[in-house]
Amino acid sequence: MSSRERILGRVRRALADVRGDDTPYEQAVPREYLREHGDRSVEQTVELLAENLADYRAIVHRCTAPELPAVIARLLAERGSASVLVPPGLDEGRLAATDVPRIADRAESTPEELDRVGSVVTACAVAVAETGTLVLDAAPDQGRRRITLVPDHHICVVRVPDQVVSSVPQALERLDPARPLTWISGPSATSDIELDRVEGVHGPRTLEVVLVSAG
Amino acid sequence: MSGSESGNESGNGTGTGTFVGMPAFPRAAHDAVNDQTLRGNLRHATHTIRAKRAKAVAEVSDWAALRDAGKRIKDHTLRHLDRYLEQLEESVTAAGGTVHWAADADEANRIVAQLVKETGESEVVKVKSMATQEIGLNEALLAEGIHAYETDLAELIVQLGKDRPSHILVPAIHRNRSEIRDIFRSEMGSWGRPAPEGLTDTPAELAEAARLHLREKFLRAKVGVSGANFMVAETGTLVVVESEGNGRMCLTLPETLISVVGIEKIVPTWRDLEVFLQTLPRSSTAERMNPYTSMWTGTTDEDGPRAFHLVLLDNGRTDTLADEVGRQALRCIRCSACLNVCPVYERAGGHAYGSVYPGPIGAILSPQLRGTQSEIDASLPYASSLCGACYEVCPVAIDIPEVLVHLRERVVEGGEVIRQGNKVVLRPAKGHAAERAAMRAARWAFTHPAALRTGQRLASRTRRLQPRTLPGPGRAWSGTRDLPALPKEPFRDWWQRTRTRGGSKEGSK
Repeated sequence: MSSRERILGRVRRALADVRGDDTPYEQAVPREYLREHGDRSVEQTVELLAENLADYRAIVHRCTAPELPAVIARLLAERGSASVLVPPGLDEGRLAATDVPRIADRAESTPEELDRVGSVVTACAVAVAETGTLVLDAAPDQGRRRITLVPDHHICVVRVPDQVVSSVPQALERLDPARPLTWISGPSATSDIELDRVEGVHGPRTLEVVLVSAG
Repeated sequence: MSGSESGNESGNGTGTGTFVGMPAFPRAAHDAVNDQTLRGNLRHATHTIRAKRAKAVAEVSDWAALRDAGKRIKDHTLRHLDRYLEQLEESVTAAGGTVHWAADADEANRIVAQLVKETGESEVVKVKSMATQEIGLNEALLAEGIHAYETDLAELIVQLGKDRPSHILVPAIHRNRSEIRDIFRSEMGSWGRPAPEGLTDTPAELAEAARLHLREKFLRAKVGVSGANFMVAETGTLVVVESEGNGRMCLTLPETLISVVGIEKIVPTWRDLEVFLQTLPRSSTAERMNPYTSMWTGTTDEDGPRAFHLVLLDNGRTDTLADEVGRQALRCIRCSACLNVCPVYERAGGHAYGSVYPGPIGAILSPQLRGTQSEIDASLPYASSLCGACYEVCPVAIDIPEVLVHLRERVVEGGEVIRQGNKVVLRPAKGHAAERAAMRAARWAFTHPAALRTGQRLASRTRRLQPRTLPGPGRAWSGTRDLPALPKEPFRDWWQRTRTRGGSKEGSK
């Protein structure tokens, strides 16, 4: 007998006392919890996102679409990055105001190469206001998962308000589980030493979020 | 006996398997309670997390409804576990993964070692995983010539310190910063990049030393090993919740990813994650959301590992499922909230529990996964004051006190249980003879009222002559407690005298 059959057989015998129950799953689990917490306007939701991101030590900037290239150029200059990694689908115009050398997100680049990159600029799929979370789904404007992990400085651009939702349930509705997903709430952090929070053990130590309105 | 009980303590010194030869809880706890540094470290940690957690939970007004939904999702999943396991296997396979089934620890370890060997590698990087600790994977791999590097900062501290984890969430919680600095200075060099010159004990410097030490390993790793917090049957998606980014490193940089996951970690639908992604971070690290959550469904071309293996682990879980009272322990999402509120854990520390699952949840999970035949497992249901704080904070409403009492009864009385899928009749545990004798005597006395009355009167009238401590086998019990004072008069006599016809309404005194 294979272990598969053995385990499934044990499960069935273990449940011999349980009455048969064919209630459809949707009815078996009542969901009386909230779809979102609080009653906020669109602008208030964006404001909450900014607050919660900052509370977890992400650096938050706000600008209009026409101002975005200048903001990105300034952030790269302040950081003094010698190179910037750009996913293939990121709008070229966003980097129009900077001459920091670009590095492409290539499948064959090694982790060592990524480790030498100064900064990475990406978009996101959705942002969750109540938890201060950015979700990346590896779409062409976000690139492979590792590019937002190995470099030490991540600039993430969020279109507001259309990419912002209030809550975790609303975010899951918008996401496709077939894509690889990375949820990011502030920079990498650890509290393993006497519960003192320290940023950046393994991931980017600096996370900058630019909230861009159509303006 | 499951393979997990043969976990090897020596090995490469990580000692992360089950803890063979551990003294029973009372003895281990006695030593821990006398360790001032340990108690100080623990008290600081548990009180800090406890206060933060209460605040994080208070932020969501629907906590009770989320908790109830979490409980119901898990209960529903467990009662149809066979169906969901088959569905999960189908979804993972369709997404490009390979599913393996492991009935016990030995089989899981063999599968993982074989998979690593097939890649031609002799090193793996690991993201912290309770399941792989439970089965003693690191030691088993080492026996096959494969080095497993723990990459969570706390796990690194534990591994370098040749120590054992003592908390589910913060495994090195029993160590303070200067202890950690000493471990890094003396041990890092023999595992890879040494600690920087002049390393101080500030957390930032210690974290930086760990970053440099581990980055070397991440960048060259070809095989990653993980557990998972959730597996979605409907979509085949696996979820790992973490803070440092070492999880993302292990899940995305290697060419091969092997995930060892207990069969109870399934949720039926994608939507179910909306409950647990709200309750888990707030209950465990007391955050609105943990810094990183990775979700992957099979493999993705040119993004992350090219090969993904899921090892579904039983190792006592189906035996636990067979227990009508105890099966609720399988709802556990490993948040560790119950540890942080437990007065016993706070004083005794995690090591005293003698397994990778310490605290209240460990006290009910370990004796069910491993059986109650060993001394430590038979003692665990007693490692509690039954105060109920653990039940209050549990985000999936596991009634831990109920299971503790149920397991105590099993230890004392014996009875029928399922071990490795088979019915076994347990004999009453040794060392509880006095308890059983007392219960038998009580049963007899209560069915013989005249004898009870005589005995009570005799006890009351001789109260001045009675010792403060018990003689013989009762000495240990009364060594730490005062004997209850006997009343001057048995209650039954008092009632008879004051509340029945002929007695005064107010009583005599």
